[in-house]
Amino acid sequence: MFSYYFDLALRSLKRNRVLTALMIVAIALGIGASMTMLTVLHVLTGNPLPGKSQTLFYPQIDPRDMADYEAGEEPPRQVTWIDGMNLLREKRADRQALMTGGAVPVQPTQSALDPFFSDARYTTAEFFPMFDTPFRFGHGWTAADDEARARVVVITNELNNKLYSGKDSTGQTLRMKDTAFRIIGVLGDWRPNPHFYDLNMGDYSGVESVFMPLSTSRDLHLPLNGSRNCWGRGGADEAHFENASCVWLQFWAQINDPAKVAGYRDFLEHYSQEQKTLGRFQRPANVRLPSLMEWLDINKVVPSDVRLQTWLALGFLLVCLVNTVGLMLAKFLRRSGELGVRRALGASRRAVFGQLLMESAVIGLAGGAGGLLLAFVGLWLVRRQPSDYAELAHMDVAMLAATVVAAVVSTLFAGLLPAWRACQITPALQLKSQ
Amino acid sequence: MQIRPIIAALRRHKAGTVLIALQIALTLAIVCNALFMIRQRAAKLSEPVGIDTRDLFVVKNEWVGQPHDIDALMRADIAALRQLPQVVDAYATDSEPLGGNGWDSGILHSADQRRETSHAAQYFDDDHTIGVLGLHLIAGRNFRSDEVVPLDPQSPTEPPVTIITRALALRMFPDGHALGKTIYFGPGTKPSTVIGILDHLHTPYTIASSDSFSDQSALMPLRLLANHSDYVVRAKPGQLSDAMKAARNSLFALNNARVIDPETGVIDYGTLRATAYARDRGMVELMASICVVLLAVTAAGIVGLTSFWVGQRRRQIGVRRALGAKQSDILTYFLTENFLISIAGVVLGTVFALALNLWMVASYAQDHLPLIFVCIGAVILLLLGQGAVLAPALRASRVPPVVATRSV
Repeated sequence: MFSYYFDLALRSLKRNRVLTALMIVAIALGIGASMTMLTVLHVLTGNPLPGKSQTLFYPQIDPRDMADYEAGEEPPRQVTWIDGMNLLREKRADRQALMTGGAVPVQPTQSALDPFFSDARYTTAEFFPMFDTPFRFGHGWTAADDEARARVVVITNELNNKLYSGKDSTGQTLRMKDTAFRIIGVLGDWRPNPHFYDLNMGDYSGVESVFMPLSTSRDLHLPLNGSRNCWGRGGADEAHFENASCVWLQFWAQINDPAKVAGYRDFLEHYSQEQKTLGRFQRPANVRLPSLMEWLDINKVVPSDVRLQTWLALGFLLVCLVNTVGLMLAKFLRRSGELGVRRALGASRRAVFGQLLMESAVIGLAGGAGGLLLAFVGLWLVRRQPSDYAELAHMDVAMLAATVVAAVVSTLFAGLLPAWRACQITPALQLKSQ
Repeated sequence: MQIRPIIAALRRHKAGTVLIALQIALTLAIVCNALFMIRQRAAKLSEPVGIDTRDLFVVKNEWVGQPHDIDALMRADIAALRQLPQVVDAYATDSEPLGGNGWDSGILHSADQRRETSHAAQYFDDDHTIGVLGLHLIAGRNFRSDEVVPLDPQSPTEPPVTIITRALALRMFPDGHALGKTIYFGPGTKPSTVIGILDHLHTPYTIASSDSFSDQSALMPLRLLANHSDYVVRAKPGQLSDAMKAARNSLFALNNARVIDPETGVIDYGTLRATAYARDRGMVELMASICVVLLAVTAAGIVGLTSFWVGQRRRQIGVRRALGAKQSDILTYFLTENFLISIAGVVLGTVFALALNLWMVASYAQDHLPLIFVCIGAVILLLLGQGAVLAPALRASRVPPVVATRSV
């Protein structure tokens, strides 16, 4: 029966090639545009650390003075050096890391390479286990290295390929800003999206090429990158940021047991009150503890242009579907005579309905295939756009399947009304008018 | 032309009629909102930048290590660039119009003011800037070379004299007399006297959040002693690419403890400008192509459904013709029928369009849709409908009266 209906559908579609082509093209355009934008949205709203993100939290405390105070205001989105160090020292979470961004001049010993600037992340030892970073060679540093301001560095696979042609470079010396560092680790492929741990670097930027202990970077006065907010007497030069009333560091905490999250929030509250008693903080305690995914929401990471374009594409699909409903209606009703004969020969309404829906499904499949092709073209166009997420716009298996399913389901849906109308034909009337 | 018989006929094709009207309505809603967004972005693409971008390029220089005397190094670099045979003139700065990064600050009337009066981009410049960029000084004078002083990045920016754009001058002094007045670049700073007014000078930014002050800039005769600086260079006419090569080579010959990115370190202004507006241009192109395809799909839908109706009514048309209706009567019949459906679609579409716009105002901080865009959209769709229906209607008008006498 199924294959018979399929055969009938193909024959019928072949009969009006232009109308069939019109319907397929409309579905393909609508599906192609929608799936392009939904894929981009899917990539951008993804979880940077699946399976781990629910245990990661971004504590916010408010160390500012009373100037411009407004109750209920969001605390700063970064921490000061003093608070960051205090929270780090207290070790109240399962793991914690304090970090900031920077740029270091790399001076390759290979004479073929000119010196170049590389993005760097200055952080503390637990960064690597906390974020589950993969290592191709070697390992991260230890808390003792942090303490000793050790001249050690972890580099990315990409930089390792550039400098050492992909060979195991651990133990080698890397010169940066006239200082010799020992390479102790090479990261494997790691590109969390968004760049969640420091959104000031660009929401979807790649990971930094060089990682080194925060203490070492301060010892050597390496240049900083990122956002800083100061208040009161505020601004100091970079060399004296430790004592400045400025927030410029990110602090992340890993809390494995959900039951302990409230406890950590209490700790932050107590800490704020204690600092207020000491006179360092002036505002009433104002703490927040968003989880990783909440933090991305707060920062409105997904560009609003992308959301807008997604809605536009879905609206476009809607018009294409309405269009298909109209064309199918015309097509099915035109065959009233043929359907009348089938009904008169004993086909039930249900059988005719099934036959017509089969025809919609075939259009949907063809439209889905076309849509998939257009989505690949669309994504290729998105990748050529100058945005930091451009290179991420790739189709995955889930979206590929979703494209075809969406096309077939939406076309079947569009076929419901025309098929139902066509079933209402009275066979006798049709036969008579012949 | 009688309308009543047409409406009576349409009653017998409710589903098809409603579908066409609905499709026209949805298309109108999307197209007029898209046209409005295109208009906004296109306005941004054509906003005045104030500079002559031909033969202009930028060298992005970064010192390696910690040089002791950045001032001397910068002056040597600029002197070397100015001496190149392919180069007209050059100056050093931290940022340039449309460059993406830069400094900006609230501009105040007094040093103890808490809320800023206006906002502006701050450019670090010297007395060559106006010549290199090709700016139009509409009042006052240029900086003198003795007014240009070095500035440590940690110090506040408080130049004794400044040159500002007309847009900024009007925001600060609406009476139009800005020349000779003082402004403050932030709280607690020393005053700066306005000595010149520029016709236009765009900020470094093209992102939406900076649109409110896109033509409000101030030149400051300060040489910023930062590790990173941009050299803006004007090449002799037609010698741009030679000058770009010569600039890189001469700088490295002078001192090689520097980084100039091999790909993006020396960039011509045309490329820089295209990059700055690429996102807006991309949005315009996307919206425009969606509009075109959407209109095409809608037109195809109308052609398809009307063709079906014509086929279905061949006999009726034949009868009408046999009873004396002229070809033009049949043609007008289908045109009017489409017009009626389109009008219904346009009315419904206006409601949709305004609702869609209200939602976008609330969710995406878009502006309110001016009614003119709805009108333009409506006219486009009415014309599109008439155009789409023309071919099937002409075919209908050619149905011979004899059809009425035949049974199939």
